[in-house]
Amino acid sequence: MKVSEIPQDNVGTMQGEKKALYALDDRGIYTRATTSGWEAEEVVLTQVIDDFNEKAREAALRVRTNETSPVEYFMYKRWMDPLTLAQATGLFRWQVKRHFKPSVFRRLADGTLEEYARIFGVSVEALKNFHEED
Amino acid sequence: MEDPRPLEHRQYAHCESGVVTALLRRQGLDLSEPMVFGITGGLTFAYIPLIRITNMPLISYRMFPGSIIRGAVKTLGVEFKTKRYRDRQEALDELIRLIDGGTAVGLQTSVYWLPYFPPEMRFQFNAHNLIVYGREGGEFLVSDPVFDHTVRVMAEDLQNARFAKGTLAPKGFIYYPIRIDSSVNVQAAIGKSIKRTVHMMLYAPVPFIGVKGIRCLARKIERLDPHKDLRAARLFLGHIVRMQEEIGTGGGGFRFMYAAFLQEAGRLLGSAPLGEASRMMTEAGDMWRRFALACAKACKSKTADFDLREIAELLRKCAAQEKLVYSHLKSEYLSTSKTE
Repeated sequence: MKVSEIPQDNVGTMQGEKKALYALDDRGIYTRATTSGWEAEEVVLTQVIDDFNEKAREAALRVRTNETSPVEYFMYKRWMDPLTLAQATGLFRWQVKRHFKPSVFRRLADGTLEEYARIFGVSVEALKNFHEED
Repeated sequence: MEDPRPLEHRQYAHCESGVVTALLRRQGLDLSEPMVFGITGGLTFAYIPLIRITNMPLISYRMFPGSIIRGAVKTLGVEFKTKRYRDRQEALDELIRLIDGGTAVGLQTSVYWLPYFPPEMRFQFNAHNLIVYGREGGEFLVSDPVFDHTVRVMAEDLQNARFAKGTLAPKGFIYYPIRIDSSVNVQAAIGKSIKRTVHMMLYAPVPFIGVKGIRCLARKIERLDPHKDLRAARLFLGHIVRMQEEIGTGGGGFRFMYAAFLQEAGRLLGSAPLGEASRMMTEAGDMWRRFALACAKACKSKTADFDLREIAELLRKCAAQEKLVYSHLKSEYLSTSKTE
């Protein structure tokens, strides 16, 4: 790839940041150059983010109807699945899934709630009193 | 070891090769990032269905995290002090002591906890490398090689980032060079590292590493059934492209960096075959870009009528081109140069 062929698609997710990469200059010598993003990469990134957002929206509905707990909502909202969340908290996956049950969630120990709140970057209050994020 | 130079922030293509390059330069061993990446054997291809990342198989275009640091020890005779911690406070105290004493250190961190990253990039990825070179108040001064400017991180965020749990958990991993060998024979190291990379890419004893791994992934793509589960097929194709991590252009980024290494090595050693291999590797990188573009198109498609065989064929072309590069290196370069 030549420097002149480097995609400069100003993709939204990079928020004006630039990435460095190596490409050929006019003399055919490799040089370090920058890109403001490539649309093809943006497509696959927004695809997976949209997928998580969709799951979060759907989980939010089920939180309101008392079918699941806010843990599931925030998990998707922070782009995790049960295994990733289990690893991040140091719990087992079956424990995380069990904490999706509203009845179990309500009886969670303070320490467990605090750990979820820390991982999700919200207060324990916000975790207990559910409000959908923007 | 001579007095370290002040840390000069530069932007690099890849975090680990960037951090190692910057730390070595600070100690007076001035190598380019592609040289560090190539000479430490940073290139690979791995498709490991058994290791899952958010329920997707591990696909990697470069060696596992930590291998560039280990490679620098092995091929460049650099001695690193490395440490992992059980105790968060001990890790913090030691970090403060080191940077107050004028040492710039490399840290393994989780992107999820680094607020200066754009929100869409803050996934649970635990093997991001950065340099801490100072502190001011409650903030650490950070030279993150994938950014074109320095950044600051609150102590609490940095602690969370260093002690994130899960796959590749950093456990506070800290590293910094304590001895460099400025008389290191870079030319001999180049030959050895190319030999290692060629052997891995051509003859790895398992079917999911190297050229065979690329073909293995092509077969997997052909077996996807978008008519049965369009969402899963799209997410899988997107995942292949996303696994390139912070380095751009659809898996081609690491190929271009290796091509830059081969070119620089060829000029240093006056070797025409290396220059030719660089041109061939550039072509492989461009093929990876075409493959990524085809995957992105399929991801955008509203219907399931994209041609998976065509996409798999593009990937097989990458495999064939890479095989040409490594075979060329083997017959034209390794067979004629003296490498152990």
